[in-house]
Amino acid sequence: MAGFLQQVIVGLGTGAIYASLALALVLIYRFTGIVNFAQGELAMFSAYVAWQFTAVGVPFWLALVLALVVSFAGGMLIERVIIRPVEGAPELTVVIVTVGLFIFVNAAAGWIWTFLIKDFPNPFPGGALEMGGLSVGFGTLGVFAVVGIVMGLLYLLFQHTKIGLGMRAVSTNPESARLVGIRVGWTLALGWGLAATVGAVSGVLVAPLLFLEPNMMGGVLIYAFAAATLGGFDSPVGAVVGGLVVGVAETLAGAYVTAIGPDLKVGVPLAIILGVLLLRPQGLFGRAVVERA
Amino acid sequence: MRLSAIGRTAVTATLLIAAAACGGRDSGEAGGTQATGATGGQCAGQQTTGITDTSLKLGGIYPLSGPASAYGAIPKGIKAYFDYVNAEKGGIGGRKVEFVVRDDGYQPPKAVEEARRLVEQEQVFALFQTLGTPSTTATWDYTNQQKVPQVFVATGASVWGTDTEHPWTIGWQPNYVSEARVYAQFLKKEHPDAKVAVLYQNDDFGKDLLGGFKNAISGTKITIAAEQSYEVSDPTVDPQMRNLAESKADVFLNVTTPKFGSQALAADAKNASWNPLHIVNNVAASITVLKPVGFENVQGVVSATYYKDPVDPTWAEDAEMKLYKAKMQQYAPDADPQVPYHAFGWAAASSFHKAMEAAKCPTREGLRDSVRNLQGVQVDMLLPGVKLETGQGDGFPIESLQLMRFKGERWELFGDVIDTRKEFGPLTG
Repeated sequence: MAGFLQQVIVGLGTGAIYASLALALVLIYRFTGIVNFAQGELAMFSAYVAWQFTAVGVPFWLALVLALVVSFAGGMLIERVIIRPVEGAPELTVVIVTVGLFIFVNAAAGWIWTFLIKDFPNPFPGGALEMGGLSVGFGTLGVFAVVGIVMGLLYLLFQHTKIGLGMRAVSTNPESARLVGIRVGWTLALGWGLAATVGAVSGVLVAPLLFLEPNMMGGVLIYAFAAATLGGFDSPVGAVVGGLVVGVAETLAGAYVTAIGPDLKVGVPLAIILGVLLLRPQGLFGRAVVERA
Repeated sequence: MRLSAIGRTAVTATLLIAAAACGGRDSGEAGGTQATGATGGQCAGQQTTGITDTSLKLGGIYPLSGPASAYGAIPKGIKAYFDYVNAEKGGIGGRKVEFVVRDDGYQPPKAVEEARRLVEQEQVFALFQTLGTPSTTATWDYTNQQKVPQVFVATGASVWGTDTEHPWTIGWQPNYVSEARVYAQFLKKEHPDAKVAVLYQNDDFGKDLLGGFKNAISGTKITIAAEQSYEVSDPTVDPQMRNLAESKADVFLNVTTPKFGSQALAADAKNASWNPLHIVNNVAASITVLKPVGFENVQGVVSATYYKDPVDPTWAEDAEMKLYKAKMQQYAPDADPQVPYHAFGWAAASSFHKAMEAAKCPTREGLRDSVRNLQGVQVDMLLPGVKLETGQGDGFPIESLQLMRFKGERWELFGDVIDTRKEFGPLTG
């Protein structure tokens, strides 16, 4: 039993990592209505920015704040320079642009910082909390706490602020939103900036656990997509629940289902994505899109 | 507008076809270039594409981008070596070496494309290193059909030496089976009834090493208590490490590539209730893998190696190491000589230098025969006692390794160099 519970804890730990990136995916989807394939790479890049600050002697927490600021500005800049020209183009075009961004950011990080693993400082103590034969790393607990806080902040932003209301209007119907006086361009840029910031939190959180190198987020992105699909692409609570479910499902399937085992556990998120899209396309917590006839 | 667009397309297409046709004819002629004059006699009729009396053109394929791009550092060491030899030694036997590097992003189809480009357009004399088992497997049928030497490939798969269908392809570094044998040998002596937990990468590399290890421990009291695999696309190996910890094995064999090596080392260090003897394979044993985990967390970890580590103070006064560091600074000032991949490239290039000098004919056939007939060739960047040795029925240049243990901030060699040929007999398919 202790073994099983320990597996669940490990699953929740990896799930929290997926959830942290899924939050950024949800955020940008809520703001702009697109799925950003480059979100993971931007998070990785932000982690490098934070690393660069610590490498020149800036204390960790200040480096984190600076990285968040840089990421916010960078996200807005990307929207202005790269996404704006294809605004209003078919979704496929925008998706292809984000895929291109994915490849570009990955290569740029390798070019600037090389592909050797970087020594990323861990903001949380290295040990583990031992309790009745179970152990939870402090790093994992830290990820949980931060993911919870970010989720709460996003929920407040979406539901209880004017910006949240405005961006919901923009992603639902940009033309009407513009007519009622919402600055659509500004809102979209804000969406990219905020998503890059949330992604930066994710990158900095997971860098000490996954080890920082340019391909750190490639694997995480697949699971984050599964998490966001499962929870509903427009719900921060859904992203977190989805991330945890995916993490636990994957870990338990790898450990206990012999037919799957560690070889095939990468198939679990794909099965989840497929299942959700077939049975409940809006996800567990998502709202179904209603089209005006 | 539309018409002109179509017109442009047609012109472009015509040009492309024409260019392709020309390319084809060129390579046809080049393929037929044969040794004459000075290289007559026994060398008459052999291929001399890419080699003249004053030049030698080599091509290498490495992942400069993509998931395995850490290995992209290797050609920097090679280039520095050739630049040094060209500028200060007059080249290899009077031939200045030109080394063309192409990027395959660790993707086999791309590697095939680049191999064709190097052979047909760049007209290289030989492929000097293709990196990675998948890329080499994808290209070796082509190079052997074209009869182009593909020498010292940078992968430790045992198939390069056991296969008899591809005489133009040969490895260099100790194959994964030899490495596994060294660990088995070590355990037989130090932990004769060890229970081993294994984490391995689920591909040819991981399976080759694990299979070699299982063969090497058969008939001993050493047993495999648990094995777990991971995919290169997995974000983390923490769940696998959790499963291995349940086995309570007393030895942990870490068969991973760099990032996963770091993750497994960190997971082992974090788990206070499981403290096995940790053996990490050579691929993930570089300082760049251990440092991010924290040196205090990797004390006593065991691995094996065959070339000199630039960080190891043992070699601080070593003539070859001093030369390497000086020339790296001179010819590759932006590359950090401490990175072992650079030293690896240097050692491979200097092995090529010796093999090329020993070739009876300055032809592709000459190189092919030379790398398969290396007799105790000493390469100064390799550990003392490790020599290049090939011959009839032995297609593995290096099969000796020495064990090392991590202490303080560096690896410390211990025991003698283990020649796995002598200990376990020759490796055959």
